[in-house]
Amino acid sequence: MAIYTEEEARKVMEKALSFSKADACEINLDGSESGNIRYARNSVSTAGHRSNQTLVVQSNFGKQSGTATIDEFDDESLKRVVARSEELAKLSPENPEFMGPLGPQVYDNAINYVEETANITPDFRAEVANSSIAPAASQDVTAAGFLNDSASFSAMLNSKGLFAYNKETNLEFTVTMRTNDGTGSGWVTRDVNDVSKFDSAEASKVAIDKAVRSREAKAIEPGKYTVILEPSAGLGLLSGLGRAMNARTADEGRSFMSKEGGNKIGEKIVDERVKLWSDPLNPAVPGATWNGAGQPLKKTTWIEDGIVKNLAYGRFWAKEKGVEPVPFPSNFIMAGGDDSLEDLIKSTKKGILVTRLWYIRSVDPQTLLYTGLTRDGTFYIENGVIKYPVKNFRFNESPIIMLNNLETLGQQVRVDGNLIPYMKIRDFTFTSLSDAV
Amino acid sequence: MKRRDFVQMSGLGAGALLLPTSMMGNSIVAEALLAPGMDIIVKKRMADVALNTAKSMGATYADARIGRYLNQYVFTREDKVQNVVNTESFGIGIRVIANGTWGFASTNDVSEDGIQKATQQAVAIAKANSKFQKEPVVLAPVSGQGEVSWKTPIQKDFKNVPVSEKVDLLLNANAAALDNGANFVNSALFMVNEQKYFASTDGSYIDQDVHRIWPTFGVTAVDQAEGKFKTRQAMSAPMGMGYEYMDGLASEKLEGAAGLKLYRNSYDMVEDATIAAQQAKEMLTAKSVDPGKYDLVLEPNHLGLTIHESVGHPTELDRVLGYEANYAGTSFATIDKWKSKNFKYGSDIVNIVADKTQVGSLGAVGYDDEGVPCKQWDIIRNGVLVNYQAIRDQVKMIDQDESHGCCYAQSWNDVQFQRMPNISLEAGNEPYSVSDMIKDVEKGIYIVGRGSYSIDQQRYNFQFGGTVFYEIKNGEIVGMLNDVAYQSNTQEFWNSCAKICDKSDYRLMGSFFDGKGQPPQVSAVSHGSSTTRFNDINVINTGRSV
Repeated sequence: MAIYTEEEARKVMEKALSFSKADACEINLDGSESGNIRYARNSVSTAGHRSNQTLVVQSNFGKQSGTATIDEFDDESLKRVVARSEELAKLSPENPEFMGPLGPQVYDNAINYVEETANITPDFRAEVANSSIAPAASQDVTAAGFLNDSASFSAMLNSKGLFAYNKETNLEFTVTMRTNDGTGSGWVTRDVNDVSKFDSAEASKVAIDKAVRSREAKAIEPGKYTVILEPSAGLGLLSGLGRAMNARTADEGRSFMSKEGGNKIGEKIVDERVKLWSDPLNPAVPGATWNGAGQPLKKTTWIEDGIVKNLAYGRFWAKEKGVEPVPFPSNFIMAGGDDSLEDLIKSTKKGILVTRLWYIRSVDPQTLLYTGLTRDGTFYIENGVIKYPVKNFRFNESPIIMLNNLETLGQQVRVDGNLIPYMKIRDFTFTSLSDAV
Repeated sequence: MKRRDFVQMSGLGAGALLLPTSMMGNSIVAEALLAPGMDIIVKKRMADVALNTAKSMGATYADARIGRYLNQYVFTREDKVQNVVNTESFGIGIRVIANGTWGFASTNDVSEDGIQKATQQAVAIAKANSKFQKEPVVLAPVSGQGEVSWKTPIQKDFKNVPVSEKVDLLLNANAAALDNGANFVNSALFMVNEQKYFASTDGSYIDQDVHRIWPTFGVTAVDQAEGKFKTRQAMSAPMGMGYEYMDGLASEKLEGAAGLKLYRNSYDMVEDATIAAQQAKEMLTAKSVDPGKYDLVLEPNHLGLTIHESVGHPTELDRVLGYEANYAGTSFATIDKWKSKNFKYGSDIVNIVADKTQVGSLGAVGYDDEGVPCKQWDIIRNGVLVNYQAIRDQVKMIDQDESHGCCYAQSWNDVQFQRMPNISLEAGNEPYSVSDMIKDVEKGIYIVGRGSYSIDQQRYNFQFGGTVFYEIKNGEIVGMLNDVAYQSNTQEFWNSCAKICDKSDYRLMGSFFDGKGQPPQVSAVSHGSSTTRFNDINVINTGRSV
C-alpha cells in the first residue's frame, strides 16, 4: 500500500526528522500506485502495474546541501538516509544561491483525488482496450492505444515546521486509429481525475471517425491559412509560451520575455482577448495546491488583456530582484468563448481544421519560433463546411504570432490537465507538405 | 502543459530535474559507487529462483535481469556548482512467456521471496493477457551462452575519479567561455555504469559492465542593446567510453573548416568552450541566410542526428509493423518496399550499417537484453533498403530466423523491447577530405553540430537546424550564417547524397536520451559518419520579427 494517509505520512517524516543533526532538514515523501495497458494491431501488447514510494531527505550545513533518497521506512533505514544526506552535504561545494527551507505555510485543500479512480482494476483496463479494439475491428480500422491510471500522494515536512500533504488521482488515455488501407488516421486524448467522467468508447469513436474521414487526403499548397486548432493542437504551441514565462532567463537577456534592462511584465505581447491564468482549485482541471519546495500554489494570472502580468520567480531570483516569489503553476487555463467547434467551422470561409500538432521543436528561442507537423486528422473547410481531408503540413510558427492573429476563441476543453479553448487563427504558416498519414 | 514540463520548469536550477526520472535512482555518496554490489554467485542463484519459479508455473520461457545502475551527474553554471548527483538503482526484472503471451514484473526486493512473488505476478499477467492475444509469441532460437561476461573497454573508470576533479574541469571550461566573451554558460557531465546480469531458460548467464560518458555545455552570448542572444552547444559526443574521453588528446583532434576544432575519441572541453564563446559572439552579427537551394556539407556531429531520425527510426521493425503507432508513429519504409529488393532509399554511395559492437559507441555490448550475441548488419547497401532492426519475437515476421540482437530495457524495472542499435553511414572509399569537399561546392552551406530537429510520424518530411553554419561560395567559406534550417523528404534527401569524405574524417555522435515506447523509455545510441555532401537541398530562413 503506497498511498499513505496524512497522519501515516507525518509519522514517518517526523521519525526521520528526529534523526537530523544538520542546520536544517527537509523531507519529502511521495508514493504512487499506477497501472497501464498498451495495445496495437488490435491486440493487447503490454500491461503493467507499478508501486513506488520514495522518501527524500535534504540536509543543509550553511549553504552546503546534500540529498539522499530511500524506499524503506523502518527506523534503521530512516536513520541511514538522514546520515547519508548529511554526509553528502558536508562533501558538497557551497551553493551561493541556496535559500534554506521555508517556514509553515497555509495551503488550500486540493480537490484532485477521487477514490473510484484509485480503485481501477486490471479488468477495467482490459475493457478500455476492448472498447477501442472491438469497434475498430468492425470498421476496417486498427487501434493502437495506451491507458495509464494512478493514485499518488505527496507530503513534506521540514525543520522550520512546514508540513504539507496532498493526494491525487489521474487517468490518461490516448488512442490512434488507422484505416487498414493505410490512408486514414485519427487520434484522441482524454485525461481526468475522476474515472466516472471518462468514456473510452466515446473517445475511441471520435478517433475512428477521424480515421475514416481522413482517408485519401488531397494535397493543397503550403502557405498561410486560417486554421481552427483543436485544443490539443493549440496546447502544443502554448506550451512553448508557458516555458518562456521565467523571469530569470528574461532578466538575463536570453528569452523571448527579455527586453533591455529587464523583462516584458506590463507589456502587451498578444491580442487583447488572450487571458492565461492558473488555478489549482478549478473543478475542471484541479491540481496540487503546493509544489515540491513547499510553496503554496494559488490562482495566478500570467497574461490578461494581452499583457504580461506575471513571470515565474524562483526564491533566489525573487530575493535578488526584491519581489515576491511566483512559483510555476500546476495547470494553465486559457479563456475561451461560446462557439462550439461546429460554430467555428460554420463561420469559416476558407480554412484548415487541425486535430493535433506533432514533433514540435524550438527553432529560435528568441522569437519562440517552433516547427512541427499536423497529424491524425487535417481537413479543408470551405464556406462553413468540411470539404475534404488534406495531406499533413509542416508548420513554422510562433505562439506569439499565433496569438496576435487570433480570430475567434471557442469553447474550452481539458487537455493534459489544462483548460484550452478551440482557437481560430488567421495566417498560420505552413511551410511544406508531408506524405505521412 | 504536461506534468513533466512543470518539473522541468520548476525553476530550481538543479539540472538533475531535467533528466527523465527513469535515469535517476536512489542518491548515494560518490564513494558508494565503488561498492562491489551483489556477488555473481548470488546473482546466478537469484536468477535461477526466477527461472525455476516461472517454469514451475507453466511458463515456456523466462529471463531475469538483475541490474545495478550507477549514475553520476555534475551540473554547473558560470562559477557555481548547481548539483552533484550520485544515484544507484538495484533490482530484478522478470519476463516470461505463458500461454504464448508475454508477462513482465519487477521488484527491488532481490530476495528469494521477493523474486518468487514478482515471477508469479509476471506469469499471472501473461495468462490474463493471453485472452487478447491473436497469435502466440514465437522466439527466434538462440543458443545458451553458458556463463560469460563482457565489459566496455575503458581506461579510466569515472567512479575512481574524484568529484572535485570533474567539478574543476567544468568550472575551467565555464571560465574559458566567460573569459572569451560569453555572458552565460551551463555545463554538465553525465556518467553511467550499467552492471547487468542476464539469465534465461535457454541456458545463458551473462554478466556485463557497461560504461558511458557525456560532457556537454551551452555557451550564450547576449547583445542587450539589440535584444539578441545566441547559444553555441558543445561539439562533444556522448560515448561508450570511460573518463579517458575527457583527456583532450591532440591525436584525436580534427581541424574543421573555418578554424573549427572537432573531436573524435577524446574531448578537449576547455578548448571547445573557448571557441564556443568566440563563435556565439560571431553568431550575434552573422548574416541571415537567403532561402533557396543549396548543396549542404554536413559534418558528422550534425549528420548523426539526421541519420538517427531519417534512417534509424524508420527501419525499426516494431514501428514498421504498427506497434508504435500511438506514440512515435509508423514508418514509410514498409515491408513491401523491403521485399521488392530494389527500393532506392538513397544514392548508390549510401551504405548504412546497424551495429552493436563498435568500440567507443553507445550501443556496444557483448549481448543484448535477451541474451543474443551482438553483431553488425546492413540496413542500406548501395542505396537499397536490405534489412530492418529486429529482435527475437520479430524476425519471424520478416522471414528471418536469427535475432539482430538489439533488445534493450533502460532499467531492471522496465520491460526490454526493440531499440535502435548504432546506425552509421560508411565512409567513402576514395581519399577525400573536408577541404576537398568544400573546394568542389559552388553554392553551399557547411553545417556543424546539432540543432533543432523535427520529422513526421512516418519519417518522410523533416526539418533540421544546426549549431553553426558557414556559407560556401565558389569553393570557399565566406562567412557565418544565421537562421538556417533545411527541409526535405527522407528518400529525396538520401538520393541527393553526392559525396562522402574518407574514413580519416569518420567519427561518432550520439544521444543519451533517445525516447520510445509507452510508458516511455530512454536508450543511448551512436551514429558514425564522415562529412557528407547533399546536393540541391531546400533551405529556409527561420528569422522572424515579433
